[in-house]
Amino acid sequence: MELRAQHGLLKSLVAKKILMALTGLFLCLFLVVHLSGNLQLLIPGYSGRLQFNSYAVFMTHFPLIKIISYVLYLSIIIHVLDALVLTIRNRRARTVDYAVKSGYGSTFASRNMGILGSLILIFLVLHLANFWYKYKFGEMPYMVSPEGHYVSQKGEAIPGAVLKEGHLWVDGVDKGPAMKDLYEVVRLAFGQSWIVAIYVLSMIPLGYHLAHGFQSGFQTLGLRFGKAFSVIRVAGWLFAIIIPLGFAIIPLVFYFFPEKLN
Amino acid sequence: MKVYLKVWRQRNAQDPGRFVDYTVDGINPDMSFLEMLDVLNNRLISQGEDPIAFDSDCREGICGTCGLYINGRPHGPLPRATTCQVHMRHFKDGETIVIEPWRAKAFPVIKDLVVDRSAFDRIIQAGGYISVNTGQAPDGNAIPIPKEDASKAFDAATCIGCGACVAACKNASAMLFVAAKVAHLGRLPQGRIEARERVLNMLSQMEKEGFGGCTNTGACEAECPKGISLENIAFLNREFIKAKISF
Amino acid sequence: MTLYSISDKKLDGKCPTGPIEKRWTQHKASLRLVSPANKRRLDVIVVGTGLAGSSAAASLAELGYNVKVFCYQDSARRAHSIAAQGGINAAKNYMNDGDSVFRLFYDTVKGGDYRARESNVYRLAEVSANIIDQCVAQGVPFAREYGGYLDNRSFGGVQVSRTFYAKGQTGQQLLLGAYQALMRQVARGQAVLYSSHEMLDLVVIDGKARGIIARNLITGELERHGAHAVVLCTGGYGNVFFLSTNAKNSNATAIWRAHRRGAFFGNPCFTQIHPTCIPVSGDYQSKLTLMSESLRNDGRIWVPKKKDDPRKPTEIPEEERDYYLERRYPAFGNLVPRDVASRAAKERCDAGYGVGPSKMAVYLDFSDAIKRMGRAAIEAKYGNLFEIYQLITDENPYETPMRIYPAVHYTMGGLWVDYNLMSTIPGLFVCGEANFSDHGANRLGASALMQGLADGYFVLPYTIGDYLADDIRTPKIDTRHEAFEEAEKSVNERIEKLLSVRGKTPVDVLHRKLGLTMWDYCGMSRNAEGLKKALQIIDDLEDEFWKDVAVPGTGKEWNRELEKAGRVADFFELARLMCLDALHREESCGGHFREEYQTEDGEALRRDDLFSYVAAWEYTGHRQPPVLHKEDLIFEYCKPTVRSYK
Repeated sequence: MELRAQHGLLKSLVAKKILMALTGLFLCLFLVVHLSGNLQLLIPGYSGRLQFNSYAVFMTHFPLIKIISYVLYLSIIIHVLDALVLTIRNRRARTVDYAVKSGYGSTFASRNMGILGSLILIFLVLHLANFWYKYKFGEMPYMVSPEGHYVSQKGEAIPGAVLKEGHLWVDGVDKGPAMKDLYEVVRLAFGQSWIVAIYVLSMIPLGYHLAHGFQSGFQTLGLRFGKAFSVIRVAGWLFAIIIPLGFAIIPLVFYFFPEKLN
Repeated sequence: MKVYLKVWRQRNAQDPGRFVDYTVDGINPDMSFLEMLDVLNNRLISQGEDPIAFDSDCREGICGTCGLYINGRPHGPLPRATTCQVHMRHFKDGETIVIEPWRAKAFPVIKDLVVDRSAFDRIIQAGGYISVNTGQAPDGNAIPIPKEDASKAFDAATCIGCGACVAACKNASAMLFVAAKVAHLGRLPQGRIEARERVLNMLSQMEKEGFGGCTNTGACEAECPKGISLENIAFLNREFIKAKISF
Repeated sequence: MTLYSISDKKLDGKCPTGPIEKRWTQHKASLRLVSPANKRRLDVIVVGTGLAGSSAAASLAELGYNVKVFCYQDSARRAHSIAAQGGINAAKNYMNDGDSVFRLFYDTVKGGDYRARESNVYRLAEVSANIIDQCVAQGVPFAREYGGYLDNRSFGGVQVSRTFYAKGQTGQQLLLGAYQALMRQVARGQAVLYSSHEMLDLVVIDGKARGIIARNLITGELERHGAHAVVLCTGGYGNVFFLSTNAKNSNATAIWRAHRRGAFFGNPCFTQIHPTCIPVSGDYQSKLTLMSESLRNDGRIWVPKKKDDPRKPTEIPEEERDYYLERRYPAFGNLVPRDVASRAAKERCDAGYGVGPSKMAVYLDFSDAIKRMGRAAIEAKYGNLFEIYQLITDENPYETPMRIYPAVHYTMGGLWVDYNLMSTIPGLFVCGEANFSDHGANRLGASALMQGLADGYFVLPYTIGDYLADDIRTPKIDTRHEAFEEAEKSVNERIEKLLSVRGKTPVDVLHRKLGLTMWDYCGMSRNAEGLKKALQIIDDLEDEFWKDVAVPGTGKEWNRELEKAGRVADFFELARLMCLDALHREESCGGHFREEYQTEDGEALRRDDLFSYVAAWEYTGHRQPPVLHKEDLIFEYCKPTVRSYK
């Protein structure tokens, strides 16, 4: 038969859906990295604080990570816009709705990915404003060692250093940029009940979103072969539970058990 | 037994339509759902009223003609059954039953519960076939086909084209229908030759007809009277990716 | 009053002569051809999109004819061939069990109780192998063995395994193959599909079939369609009986209207009653469901030895069961042909040994097979049939025997056609179940699919060319011709007449009465007295119909009741002809069992000296005595013997 379909690479619904899957699964991967980084917040004492702040420096300065971070921003934007386009097109396919709907055979999550995703997006904006924006562009406290010295980005406490425009100076010599204390920002934020509540509650839509999205991504990419798919399904469920739970634990510990972190 | 019906009545495509209530009494639980509607219709006819328009033909679950959206579910409460295979024993005495037509932009209502599904024919026309003329075929055993491939192809080929997948899908997507045909033919060596054109043509036609896209909710698979698996949609997705990366 | 008159001129089937294995080859070589350039100028109408219609329409379009194809269903894929379960026969001898074209030919002629044309049947057996090849190439997923080669199973009435199958959905798979071939031609623009269109009359100009009047079932508009030839593939007329395994909307209107326009009707009384259907459960019932004959491969049929045995079937011990088929027919056992199996079931039930609430059923028991092969093996073979059974009856056939009873399934009779499949109206071809066909007085299992596809893929595409070769100078048929005018007017008048009765009785009610009459008097066994009575009842019912039928709505909209009314009005006329044919055929053969003509042990008694002919009826007017034309059947290769399956 002749090829009659004339579609650009991304014009068709399936191509758009594949884009959703690719960006979505990439974001899943990011969540793993993000969570494993953030769990460092739970290491008690100065070493924990130092490790987390060093990690923050690494994530913002290592060139490859920088490139990946731009891919990440792009993925989020594409995931959101693509979802918007798909949702509008899918809505148009049913102009008159049913009077009675049972939802039989599909999960709550699968039917409400748009709403769940929107909640996550709102959270994301808040979250970025709280930490990412502040870290990059806002007023930040700087890391101070237990002895009261400023700390360089390499993690070394530099006795006698003074802070000027983000750099540490010892006797007029620039010892390089100082380490920002993101940990302190987190600690202060998670001392506030409403922020803790938002962070914990927001993990619920994330969990649901992942519960459907993880396995759906594999399905969309055609990665489904007989019984192997049940492994993916189980993995998806575990992922959807473990990741949000991991994130939720952090503010809870900060709020309820701050002493454990000293 | 006795049931209360709320039935969608719509004179024609232009009419906005509305629900009308009917009470049907003296039902034998062994009656099929459509026979219950036959009884009601014959009563309406005797009273000089317009009977409820619904379609059915084989009444044994294979032609794909019947299709009512009963209490929020295509083909009613029974898994793996068409509307004509549902019997009144599956309802409670005194139950209220809401009956709607398939709802999709690509399936416009003709009258009451009858919709136009010719879009499915056009999707098949776009590529749901193997191009072989009568007389061209080699011996049936010339190309051995692994039993498992033949059996998976068969499972996909059991689609009856009823449209329950579209009706069940929140996006009114015809992906399961398209995937069933793409997988049926694509899993057989005879069908590989045109695999690329088939998947692209059929998907393109599906969109032209106004069906939505797949969001993997799985409602179609659950409501499909023939139990066509979502695995076929994954197969279609693979075929699509292969088609897009081969030039 | 004379019921009919007899023509003294013998009807000629125009069968070729010579050695039977060369007839079709030589005939094809002698058929005239139409050049590709001329095919482009020729239009062909195909009515019906079952196996015969879809395969014919696709094949003709591939050849280059302009095809218009009509079906009353909303999609061509829904024609009732889709419901055929068991399989399709072909003389491939893949099983190495001694099958051959000759054996398939012989089995079919014998199975048809020597009432079919040898030449036709041989051709059918000959092309059977090509059908399988064609279907495999189209992607029909037939059952295969582990080595990847095609599997076969055995079917009733034969001693070889030659039946190709796709679980219990062979008809569906074959039809989808043909449908897809047709859709390909629609996409090419070589065929135009008119779904939701019902043919309501044939247009005959200067003695030739030149078009049809069709009603668009969605808008109600009447349409005129002209063509150089018309092919009817509209299936059988089992719905005369109201309850049958046919689809609800299957009807005889196309062939009956053609009959009224001059096409002879062949052997109308030859009806096949299928032995294994789910029994009737109540008077609301709208249709009967078949359980594939293939079940008889592993299921054993029995009734209790004691009358009115109140025990559950599973509680009746082995020695108190009467496996009556195995008892009466040890050679074929449960695999006797359909007519024999059906009559044997009726005999037991009439004698008071029936089971179930209605006592009109026998058991089909799988417990031995499950013991022998295991439940999984049975599930793999018949799973979907068992599911269907359970859906309908709410009983689990893995645990308790199925209850089955015979039901109307197939009509061997149909429009009379010659060897070229052309009716007595030049240019009107008839294929598949709609013609009187190749099955004689009884069709063997898995042969209907074979015949439908043989006609459509491999016979008609050759023979129609021979007719159209004369038409290459005929311009497009002008649908303003007075014959179209007249036909449309008469269709319109009939619709108006149906709508103007405005009575009180729904069509279904009258149809059910007609069906019951036919079942009682023209069903599994018939006698002269009953048939005469039936003729009277049919007249009365028809009068009642035209006085009191309730057809709501108008003709200019989707109106199922109007459609049904038109079909039932035709069924009354056809029912009369069926009874008349049954009354005139004073012998028993195949599905036609006249109680007056049976052997001492109750087997059918054929009277070859008097009735070895095809009865082709000519219409002379409503309730006018028709004319009987006889086409003598000559048997050179299968000498008629008493058909014995003992």
